[in-house]
Amino acid sequence: MSQDNNINHYRRQFLSSATAVAGLSLAPGVLLTQVAHASTTGPASNKNRWGMLIDSSKCATGCNDCVTACHKENGIPVMGHPETDAQWIRKVKLTDKTTGHVQSLPLMCQHCEKPPCVDVCPTNASIKREDGVVLVDKHACIGCRYCMMACPYNARSFVHEKVTDQKYPRGIGTVESCTLCVHRIDESNGTKNPACVDACNAEGHKAMWFGDLKDPNSEISQNLQKYGGEQIRADLGLNTGVRYQNIS
Amino acid sequence: MLPLAVYADSLLPTVPKAKKNYNDTTLCVEPVEVMRERHMEFILHQRNDTMRKGDRSGKYSLEACIDCHNAPAEDGKVASAESPEHFCSSCHTYTAVQIDCFSCHADKPENTQYRHSLSELKAPHPQMFATQQLNAQTLEALSVQGEIQQ
Repeated sequence: MSQDNNINHYRRQFLSSATAVAGLSLAPGVLLTQVAHASTTGPASNKNRWGMLIDSSKCATGCNDCVTACHKENGIPVMGHPETDAQWIRKVKLTDKTTGHVQSLPLMCQHCEKPPCVDVCPTNASIKREDGVVLVDKHACIGCRYCMMACPYNARSFVHEKVTDQKYPRGIGTVESCTLCVHRIDESNGTKNPACVDACNAEGHKAMWFGDLKDPNSEISQNLQKYGGEQIRADLGLNTGVRYQNIS
Repeated sequence: MLPLAVYADSLLPTVPKAKKNYNDTTLCVEPVEVMRERHMEFILHQRNDTMRKGDRSGKYSLEACIDCHNAPAEDGKVASAESPEHFCSSCHTYTAVQIDCFSCHADKPENTQYRHSLSELKAPHPQMFATQQLNAQTLEALSVQGEIQQ
């Protein structure tokens, strides 16, 4: 398996250098291919995999800023029915009953490499984009909620009430979840942080990182390589895009 | 008794005018006749590109339709999709074709000051106005066109 990966790696390197040569040989100013990173409006590419890293030791118990920021950014209203209100991200508090040690962490769609929600969707509305962002295509969603049952993280919500004046498309009878602020990713080619990460930084906790897991030089990859990051329910083998540090 | 022509006219939908022409020749993103006949195909195709592939570079978008065609009136009021004064509803009520777009999409422009890239200028995302993320060049280009006031 690792040999296969190496071969692919060499093939890619060879192919990309071949492309570069082809690019140079064209007339000045005319390039047939564009580097994926150069375009902010092009389609999502599998050269990136967007992910998040959360350091639970820096996440303050009782702080709810990421949740507030997410719901403000994406226009998720409070309808006054806590049992059915949409929840794209939530704070989880874990207390060790023996020691009394309290841990706090935000939990949202983990943007799995092998997402169970995508597996079970009967209409192909649950999708994983090329760049690893797991989304619901509400055009195809029939509101059956199989994905909500399949998700081990309980990350998805169903829109029960009629919505108007949406900030981003969402509507009654469809399922929704964290999009990793996909509008920001597309607008800035991943240089902008999702709203939750920005809010966490603004508060000075700096417990969340966002970045490209496939770019070995990105801050998130460097951090992960140095200190490692755990997956929640790693036993399921989903290879989540959201990783945690200092959870036990 | 009304003459037949007047009678027929009064039955036709009153379609609100767009705020601005996309360009002088085609008026809208495609010639008006083409838009009337095929607008649903354009946005259907584009929605899959945008939603599933993450490609937001195309020129058709429902958001752009709304920004230009359902812009606020002189008094600042914006019609909702349920009202026959709404650009889309005016025709769809007449033809009795139900549209589901607005069960998920906003039927009004989010930022009432915002006008879509009605010129050939590249469209900045409306969110960028709120977050002041426009670069100087875009701002200049837009203010030259009289699109926004600073």
